[in-house]
Amino acid sequence: MSEMCRRDPRREWIARNRLHPEHASALAALGSIGGGGAASEWLGPSGVLRRNPHGVGFIGPNGVKRIDRSGAQQGGSAPGHGRQAVQQDRRRHVEISDPAFLVAVVPDLTGGRLSGHDKDLLGLARRLADDDPERPGAVLAVVFGEHKEERLGEAGIDRVLHLGAETYAGFAPEARLAALTAVERELAPRHWLLPDSPLGGADLGRRLAQRLGERPVTGVWQIEADVEAPLGWRCTARGAAERLDIRRPLPRVALALAECAEPVDETRHAAEPLSLGAAVPIALSRIEDLGQVAVDPAGVALAEAEFILSAGNGVKDWEGFHHAARVLGATEGASRVAVDDGFMARDRQVGASGTWVTARVYLAVGISGAIQHLQGIQGCDRVVAINLDPGCDMIKRADLAVIGDAAEILAALVAKVEQQRGGQRDAA
Amino acid sequence: MRPEQQGIEMAVLVSVGRHPITGRARRADQDARGLELALCLEGRLPGSRIGLLHAGPRSEESEAALRGYLGMAADAGTGLNTLTLLEQPEGSDAIPALADHLSAAMPQLVITGTRAELGEGSGLLPYALAERLGWPLVNGLAAVEKVENGVATLLQALPRGQRRRLQVRLPAIICVDAAAPAARQSAFGPARRGELEATPGAAELDHELAGWQVAPALKRPKRLKIIRAASARDRFKAAAAKAEGGSGQVLEGVSSEQGAEAIFTLLHEEGVLRS
Repeated sequence: MSEMCRRDPRREWIARNRLHPEHASALAALGSIGGGGAASEWLGPSGVLRRNPHGVGFIGPNGVKRIDRSGAQQGGSAPGHGRQAVQQDRRRHVEISDPAFLVAVVPDLTGGRLSGHDKDLLGLARRLADDDPERPGAVLAVVFGEHKEERLGEAGIDRVLHLGAETYAGFAPEARLAALTAVERELAPRHWLLPDSPLGGADLGRRLAQRLGERPVTGVWQIEADVEAPLGWRCTARGAAERLDIRRPLPRVALALAECAEPVDETRHAAEPLSLGAAVPIALSRIEDLGQVAVDPAGVALAEAEFILSAGNGVKDWEGFHHAARVLGATEGASRVAVDDGFMARDRQVGASGTWVTARVYLAVGISGAIQHLQGIQGCDRVVAINLDPGCDMIKRADLAVIGDAAEILAALVAKVEQQRGGQRDAA
Repeated sequence: MRPEQQGIEMAVLVSVGRHPITGRARRADQDARGLELALCLEGRLPGSRIGLLHAGPRSEESEAALRGYLGMAADAGTGLNTLTLLEQPEGSDAIPALADHLSAAMPQLVITGTRAELGEGSGLLPYALAERLGWPLVNGLAAVEKVENGVATLLQALPRGQRRRLQVRLPAIICVDAAAPAARQSAFGPARRGELEATPGAAELDHELAGWQVAPALKRPKRLKIIRAASARDRFKAAAAKAEGGSGQVLEGVSSEQGAEAIFTLLHEEGVLRS
């Protein structure tokens, strides 16, 4: 099909004349040619830009014409057409092919994803790397173990060194330290940045600093440029149980607190995979990880529980709910209504007047999602909702929502989990 | 057959703490928890010995704080009534003195707190000792389950109330933090009767620390929600928007088995189901 645009002046004239008997059909015909709606702007035959003010906007739900001036809608095109323009990625794509230096970051990747702390740290790394626009550095992320993060580049990472071997799984500080020492030997990054989070970067970073013979700074929350410092930066760190601010030149190894910098949001980076030339020497480990110990989920404080099964007004079968919580190994939570009606204890209430939870997975059963409840679950990573009402606010918040009867779905889920566990036991 | 229980040699590194409200010198909270752990372990392993060790200047205030640790061992019947004080001038580096003492004394288990409540408080000391002595280090300890044949089985506290079991070959350094059991009260009489054995420690001044600017902590600025919008409409929408996920998957009109299957897949992917 030829791309040449053939105009029919008579039909355009009919389309402009709303009183013409063939107006509607002409408009429809023009719309189908023009790719959904009449063009509102076109270049006239003499090179003058012509506008059709009637072509602008769309007919709203009440039959009133609405004009969206956000730039999302072009001409009289259908609303579906304009959505894509809104979602178009406006972030600048940055590729640093020949970096002047490297800034190494070792993110925690709690649960396989970049945490907020990791993103702040990457923002700090970008500040260090992009200080001199003439000679930009690259941010290298050293990632241990399997991860589920697909947006490494969007968090500001230029190079990714992925060490996915079995030896790095669990608590393996000695193996990880050996790998980081190999990175230091081969790539010699100018800065090492780690999150100062217990059991993650705080442990590994201190070990790394001792191995490199550096005196690291811990609890950094602010950096500023300083030409007199050896690396060109000064930092402010917390000391003495959060009561002192220590200002000192930034050393090579820094352990930063959360909110030390703004996360990257204006640029996208390449996140090119990188690999070490030489194999990492296998460190003899004197610490053996025997795996996690089963703890009673009911004994875990609601605010720090990892997996919460929460009940609301929609739950009628309370025996089934408690059974499901036991089988799934989830900590029980409740909405205000369930607590007020006496089905759950007051210390199980989630929401503005109860507990603000930070679970990784929040399974809401029969909770419609009052704003106070949604505030309480702001810190949750994944929200799953089971509800009868497809229009409720909890469904809008949820990453996965199942519309249906709560008791039946919970029973099916319990059966599925038990069946899978039984199968594993048989195999073993 | 009952395995032969043999005692082990433990060293507890203690420091002078600071009360968060009154600012008075006291026994440091984490170090006291470490001593509590050692005392519990001693009860289970007869024949164990605990050595208390502190490096720093001797003054009236610090002495009162250090005696707080001696007061904890009162009813344990342990004979723990001395504290080894490696005396150093103000502003010295404690690491060389402690490393020298530990390499000479060779305890099997060194227990420390995670961070000091005074000074730099960077939490580096156990790591520096581990690197100097070449011993393994475990942090965030919740409990010591057993010590057998030179191998200790430990419980490490993970975030979100979880626990992890580890085995460490001795000698080792273990750090306790707030997840360890709370320390018992300190009795005043035994604390007064206890002795401080002062020996001069290596005096290396910490020149680097002296060069830093130290000030009372400023309140950290609260992070603002920054909206970079091109038009007034976008800014208004950002300010007035309700929380809408939008990207969530909604399963409507499916059987309960299919719904359960989808939830099960998500729970499995997130790894929250433990078998």
